[in-house]
Parts: sequence; structure tokens; C-alpha cells
Amino acid sequence: MLSIKNLQVSVEEKPILKGLNLEVKPGEIHAIMGPNGSGKSTLAHVLSGREGYQVDSGSASYKGLNLLEMAPEIRAREGMFLAFQYPIEIPGVNNTSFLKKALNEIRKHRGEEELDAIDFLSLIKKQMKLVEMKEELLKRPVNQGFSGGEKKRNEILQMAVLNPTLAILDETDSGLDIDALRIVAGGVNKLRSSDNSFVVITHYQRLLDYIVPDFVHVLSNGQIIKSGTKELALELEERGYDWLLEEAESKV
Amino acid sequence: MIDKTNKTAPKNDENIAMSDEQQTIQNITDQDYKYGFVTDIEMEAFPKGLDENIVRMISAKKNEPEFMTEWRLKAYRYWRKQKEPKWPKLEYSEVDYEDLYYYAAPKKDGPKSLDEVDPELLKTFDKLGVPLEERELLAGVAVDAVIDSVSVATTFKDKLGELGIIFCPISEAIQDHPELVKKYLGTVVPYTDNFYATLNSAVFSDGSFVYIPPGVRCPMELSSYFRINASKTGQFERTLIVADKGSYVSYLEGCTAPMRDENQLHAAVVELIALDDAEIKYSTVQNWYAGNKEGVGGIFNFVTKRGLCGGSNSKISWTQVETGSAITWKYPSCILKGDNSVGEFYSVALTNNYQQADTGTKMIHQGKNTRSLIISKGISAGKSNNAYRGLVKVNSKAENARNYSQCDSLLIGDQCGAHTYPYLEIENPSAQVEHEATTSKVSEDQIFYLNQRGISTEDAVGMIVSGYAREVFQQLPMEFAVEAQALMSVSLEGSVG
Ligand SMILES: Nc1ncnc2c1ncn2[C@@H]1O[C@H](COP(=O)(O)OP(=O)(O)OP(=O)(O)O)[C@@H](O)[C@H]1O
Ligand SMILES: [Mg+2]
Repeated sequence: MLSIKNLQVSVEEKPILKGLNLEVKPGEIHAIMGPNGSGKSTLAHVLSGREGYQVDSGSASYKGLNLLEMAPEIRAREGMFLAFQYPIEIPGVNNTSFLKKALNEIRKHRGEEELDAIDFLSLIKKQMKLVEMKEELLKRPVNQGFSGGEKKRNEILQMAVLNPTLAILDETDSGLDIDALRIVAGGVNKLRSSDNSFVVITHYQRLLDYIVPDFVHVLSNGQIIKSGTKELALELEERGYDWLLEEAESKV
Repeated sequence: MIDKTNKTAPKNDENIAMSDEQQTIQNITDQDYKYGFVTDIEMEAFPKGLDENIVRMISAKKNEPEFMTEWRLKAYRYWRKQKEPKWPKLEYSEVDYEDLYYYAAPKKDGPKSLDEVDPELLKTFDKLGVPLEERELLAGVAVDAVIDSVSVATTFKDKLGELGIIFCPISEAIQDHPELVKKYLGTVVPYTDNFYATLNSAVFSDGSFVYIPPGVRCPMELSSYFRINASKTGQFERTLIVADKGSYVSYLEGCTAPMRDENQLHAAVVELIALDDAEIKYSTVQNWYAGNKEGVGGIFNFVTKRGLCGGSNSKISWTQVETGSAITWKYPSCILKGDNSVGEFYSVALTNNYQQADTGTKMIHQGKNTRSLIISKGISAGKSNNAYRGLVKVNSKAENARNYSQCDSLLIGDQCGAHTYPYLEIENPSAQVEHEATTSKVSEDQIFYLNQRGISTEDAVGMIVSGYAREVFQQLPMEFAVEAQALMSVSLEGSVG
């Protein structure tokens, strides 16, 4: 599904990712944890094709495609989805028509017929139930004036409608109340299948009670310094990152 | 005391040229003018240049009554004494007024029905998507199509005639309804008004005339397509719309023009008159050739548009979507003379490549309890410059006048400019005037967000811009709004790399 090898990325000459390796197979859920500023969002952005990042070396392939050479919209149409840490507001653009356009772009790319307004509405209504989102938000401009939690739910709604093969959730749990957290996690679990994969970036072990990961990785200073299973997250919650950082340093 | 609420203090010459934007949003690529073609029809042109003789010839050619000829001559003599205005925010090579043709028309005489229309013309209409033939019936649009200076087809005339509505080329109105023309022509834009309006008064070729009788609500959108066809032919349309007491009319104007290397001058005049309790809605989608990406060619668009809310409780609403022309100089205005009259101005002005637009409005409050609303949305891309210039004037006798203005600028890329010049002249202390201004840019974050959902950059920019201009598009009749949004996307093609 996703294979990242020795990825080195810098921003404005400043190295951020320093040789990152990650292997994600179909059906797997990977959690990425790590201190602020360690490069988690940078990884998510580079994978989804955001401008402004310099790939210095390494490779990333997705479904056998050379990911780093693809335009961001093509990656999206190939089934990659990023739930943004900070969803963007687009004034005046209706949330529903935006999402309809997005879905139809993806369908066109796959050679499927575009959905008309009626079919689309019934799909979106169904998926809204999944994330328990207020219908009123569909009529509003994309994310404009949404509360922090509403924005995050809107990200998950988009994910549910677009049904990606690989979804990267960048701190989708931050800013959510307990109920919302459960709902969002429930949404992910319902979408989960043996064909699609999730990379879940989070600071909190709590989320992983709801979305149970197959692997947990610790990203620090641009590298994955430790990988393990769900138990690693529990240990991090108890002991923090310091012991790991020390361990990593002593290896150097 | 003047109650002036400035939520965002407007600054004069707020030059917000962007310099710190990142790389992506800057490459300007070619965009062929979609409607760039030339109709192959023989032109009957007068000699180049302008003198009294040409003015007389134009008038004679149209069998005009004496009063018209005299009016034209007065305008011509006045024009000779005028100097072309210089505008600080517009740059262009000078127009040589002696090197222009002042009259051109398709050679044949005007046909009476579509069957008589030159097939070449029909093909042109086809390419432009002018809804003649069946589409026009379906859409319920009456089209007064103008190619160059002479109207070639007017439809729905009979149906409108039953209601007493007059909708015809102004040249026809001058002959068939001279009393109406004499009564209203030049009453809102006098021939002494400004350089271009004066020139227009002297040499105007044709345009539309609309008269709605008292109490009649015009049952369809009246529409007129103008285009410039003959090389080096200055275009001087003249439109006059009169809504008598208690009547209503919505008028649509749309234009496209063929690709040309030389700059073409366009100096139209539009006069609107609304009597007691009457309402006029005037919508424009303007898409003339803007020049190539180096800024060569394109139309010079110097238009005088003004509406007079002459009667009490009258209302005039201007909606414009400006995407074309190399240079646009245009301030649709309202004179709010009648008590309780209302003036509105909704505008989207988009400039790309080397286009320059200096546009805005004037709201002149003269009557009591008059209200005006200004919503202006400027969009600049490429190396273009977009200026809003607006005047809100409240006369000393205008008790309780109110104005609300919102002037927003949207920048695409880092080489364009937006300027806002709001002028206030308040002579009555009871006035309430409110002005808000914002400047934003199409951010990389927004584009990336849409990209990440599978939407191409071009579509993303189109969506963002349409969203930004929504308030104005909502004012347009449905079909026109769709057309206008498509135009925006076409005009922005290649503005983001
Ligand atoms: N455009 C940029 N210019 C300069 N530095 C940047 C830029 N983008 C990211 N960085 C830096 O790269 C580092 C990694 O940032 P990133 O956002 O990937 O961290 P993160 O792991 O997601 O942190 P958080 O947990 O706080 O979300 C930070 O030091 C950040 O300041
Ligand atoms: Mg982050």
C-alpha cells in the first residue's frame, strides 16, 4: 500500500525529516506519535503533495506508484485522503457542492459515472449519520465559522463520502470532546476494511482505545525512533518521551 | 454630527501589491480568447476621422429628425474643446481619434426576420452562444442583437407590444417615438458630461431603447448582445431605458468580441430613468477581448452608465460582472432624486495578465430617506491592476440618507495590485454612511485543501473566486449567473501555475 524508504525532506533549507522508513500494508492501522515539531504533519503533507517541501532523498511509493511525482489532486483521486490538523475555510463555497465535486472528480478518474444531485444527497445523508453531524453544516460554506470540533467532524464526513484507500488523520482527535471522539473513531472503524489503510497521527493514547492500531511508531526529530504495538502507546502515556529519546541518543 | 461608522478605516491608495507570496501562484500562461474570431462580412465604412460632415452623414444615414442632428452637432463642437482625461491608475497608448472609423454597418439593409439575416451573422451568433432561434424561445429571452453598429434582429416585439412596451434599436426609436427620445435622451448623461460621453453623443451609432408604460411589469428579461466587429471601428452604443410610474424591467447586457491586434475603443452611454415607484434592474456581463498575455491588443472600454431615480420610491440596481477589456473605465451610478428612492451597485471586476480596471460607482443622495448599497468585489490576477473608485454624496437636503458600502479585493499571485478609493461628501448631518473594506488572497492552503480532495488547481481557483463573488452572482438572473461563473473560470485559466 504505502512504502516509504529513507525519506529526507527539508523546508527552506532546514532538514525536517531525516531518513524516515515506514511500511503500511492493506488493512493495517498505523499510529504515529511523537513530540511537537517532530515532523508528523510534515510527513502527512509531503505524502499528500503539498508544495514547499524539498525532498532531498529517499522514496515513497503508493499502490506501486511513485507518489512523490504525482500532482496532489491525482494522489487524491487515487484514493489518498488527508484529514487536516487545521482544516481550511473556503468562504462562499457551499460544503455540499464542494464535496460533490470532489467525489465526482474521483469517480471520473476511476472511470465511474458521476453522481447526480439526488444520488449524491442520499449518499451524504447516510454518511452524515455515521459522524452525527448537523445537517445545517452542509448548507454552509466549507468550514467557515465551524467550531473546532465541527471542522474535524467535517473532515471525517468527507472521508466517509470519498471512501479512500489510504487515509492519513492528522490529530483528528485534538479539540474533540469525548462524545465526538467516540463518534469519529466509530466512523473510522466502520470504514475500515481489509482493502484500506489508516495512518493516525495523535498525541493521545485515548484515541487508540477506540481505533485500535496494528502498529505504533514514535517520530522524533525527523526519524522513527521506535515502533511497537498498542502497548507502546500505553507505555508512552505513562513514561513520556524522554526515556525513548535518551535510548535513541545512546544508540548513536 | 455625521454618523460615520468605519468598521475598517478605508485608506486612500491602498496599494496591496503582493510580494511575499510563494512560487506556485504566479505563472501566467497563454489563454486564447475563447471567442476570438472575426466575422467575414463586408463593411460599409465612412472615411476615417471625425468632423462635422461625418456627424451629419451619420445622422442623415439614419434619417434622423432635425433635433437629433442638432444635438449631435452641439456635442461634437463641445467635444472638440475637450481634452481626454488622464487617469492615474490607467496606462495606455493614446487613442488617435482621427484614425478611427465612426460608422460601420453590415452592407445589406436591416432584415425583417431571421430568414433574412446573413447566414454569416447567424453562425457568429451560434459561436457566441447568443440564444436566438429556439433557445431564445425556451429561455424566454428577447434579444436585440447588435453586430457593429446596426441592429439586425429584434424578437418578441409583438408580445411586448401588446403591453405597450417599446424595446427596439434606438435608431428606430428616434424615428418612431421621437417625442420619448427627445424628452429623455441626455437628461441623465448630458452631452457635456465627460469626454467619452460627449464623443458618444456626437457619433453614437445604435443601441437599445426601452420604454415600460405606467404600471407594467415587463414579463421577461430584456437582453441585448453587443459585439465589436470591424477593425478600428470605435463603438458608440447608446442605451436609454425609461421605466414609467409603477413599472418594472430587468435588462441584461452581455458582450464578447473577436480577437484583434489593435486596441479598439468603446465608449458607450447608458441612461436609466425610473419614475415614481418604478424599478430598473440592469445586469451586465462584459467579456471583451482583453489583449494577449503580453498586454497587446484588447478593448478600451470607457463607459458612462448612470441611472436617475427621478420619482419617489423608485429603485435602480446595477449588477456587473466585468472580466474582459484591456482597460475598463466605468462607474455605473445612481442619482437618488426621488424621496425614498434606492440605488444598488453589485460588481465583480476580474483582471488578469495586463488588464487594468478602474471601476466603481457614484451614489448621489438628493431626496429624503434615500438608501444606497454598494457591494464591490475586485479580483486581480497576473500583472493586472484593479481599482475601486466610489463616491457617496449626500446633499444638504437629503434627510436621513443611508449608505452601506463593502469593497473587497481578492489577489491571485504576487504581481497584481488592488486599490481602493472611497470618497465621501456628506452635507447633511443626518446621514448614516458605513464602509467596510477587506483584502484577501487566494491562499495556497485553500488551493491545496481542494487539491487534496481531488479538485484540480484551475477548478479550485474557479471555486474560490466564485465563492468570493457569490453575493454578486446571486443578483444575476439564473442563466446569466451560470454563464458568468463559466466566464470567470475561462478568464482565470492559467492564472495559477
Ligand atoms: N513552512 C515551514 N517553514 C519553516 N519551518 C517549518 C515549516 N513547516 C514546518 N516547519 C518546521 O518543521 C518542524 C516539524 O513541523 P510539523 O508541523 O511537521 O510538526 P508536528 O510533528 O506535526 O508537530 P505538532 O505535534 O505540533 O503538530 C517544526 O519545527 C516546524 O517549525
Ligand atoms: Mg502536526
